[in-house]
Amino acid sequence: MNAEPMRPVPYRVAARHSETHDSVSLRLEPVESALPAFLPGQFTMLFKQGVGEVAISVSGDPSIRDGSLTQTIRDVGAVSRALTKTEPGGVVGVRGPFGTCWDLEAGAGHDLVIVAGGIGLAPLRPVLLGALARRSDFGRVVLIAGARAPQEFLYRDQLAGWMADPLLEVHLTIDLPASGWDGQVGFVTEPLARLDLDPARTTAYLCGPEPMLRFAADVLLRKQVGARAIQVSLERNMQCGIGLCGHCQLGPLLVCRDGPVVDYARVRDLLATREL
Amino acid sequence: MASAEQLAAFPLFSGLTQAQQELVAGSAARDVVFAAGATLMGEGDAAAGCWLIRLGQVAVGTQVPGRGLVVVQTLGPGDVLGWSWLVPPHRWHYTATAKTEVSSIELDTGQLRSLAEADPALGFPLALGFIEIVVARLQNTRSRLLDLYGSPRER
Repeated sequence: MNAEPMRPVPYRVAARHSETHDSVSLRLEPVESALPAFLPGQFTMLFKQGVGEVAISVSGDPSIRDGSLTQTIRDVGAVSRALTKTEPGGVVGVRGPFGTCWDLEAGAGHDLVIVAGGIGLAPLRPVLLGALARRSDFGRVVLIAGARAPQEFLYRDQLAGWMADPLLEVHLTIDLPASGWDGQVGFVTEPLARLDLDPARTTAYLCGPEPMLRFAADVLLRKQVGARAIQVSLERNMQCGIGLCGHCQLGPLLVCRDGPVVDYARVRDLLATREL
Repeated sequence: MASAEQLAAFPLFSGLTQAQQELVAGSAARDVVFAAGATLMGEGDAAAGCWLIRLGQVAVGTQVPGRGLVVVQTLGPGDVLGWSWLVPPHRWHYTATAKTEVSSIELDTGQLRSLAEADPALGFPLALGFIEIVVARLQNTRSRLLDLYGSPRER
């Protein structure tokens, strides 16, 4: 961790790519010194001068070690809107990286099942890129990504490339019927339920809205995949990022410190508790 | 004719004994392949038949003026298509079209109903199997109704 985790480090926006009508990816380069390299699944606190700070997952390629960061931001509030509108050359503050990471080692020798819903594909992209970088260490690599509509998928060019890659099984599915869409229509649990899995040799990585996590995990549990083999990324109100302020508390967990990535066995009951 | 082993791969038949599976396979099931674009069922038509999808994808949709056939769901390997034959008015509610070549087991639902009515020990677990499918389909549809990926700004 950074020696001064509460002090934002200035990064300049080197590139800005519009992903959907409300999401952009920013490639950030350090103005002076870089933060420590991130691990897939970790997040940073992005700071916009005069507006505020918000937790954003790192979505870039973990093998790129030039000090840059790629982060995908959805415009859902004042801070995220200001960040999404930051043009190349603009400067933002970055703290982190914080939190736990996807345990790709746990999947070595296993089939990997990656299930992403909506913006949930952003924190999962590094784990997929990490798996592809050492493809022979894994069995099948399956990506199931869901979106509300075709134009709301993140990384559409990259998804098209992955769909053509014989080393990957990619299932894209949309919730709402859409003209011109030739892919699947249905919730992510549907292609997931169709997978023929060896439960003892399956490791799953899930990220998306919390009900989606529960529903997808239920499908995997019914297929006898162990709860400890299901990793989920949680979203809470992260503020300090280092387990001090308590805003992101989920029962006994401080999600910024003990998460965001946890195994499902640890949070299954917590996620079923009202208002927790 | 399909084999009992083929039927046993579908949870619909998991409540049946091997002898019951062999009976259904021998008298009410056959392998059928549909070419891409073929229609398996047409909205409003008399409902007969049920398909256990082994390979390929099927689009289920309905005609909407100005939009053509709107696909509301796609089905794939392991899915079961067609249960309107079970209940009145015994007409298909949707049109189902093969998106790709589809390999399936087609159930003779008239014969299946006769077997079920003649032997409740076969009919009851079979009915439970269909209910399980309908419940799963309902849960998935409810999940989509939640509009989980929608922007908080739109709520």
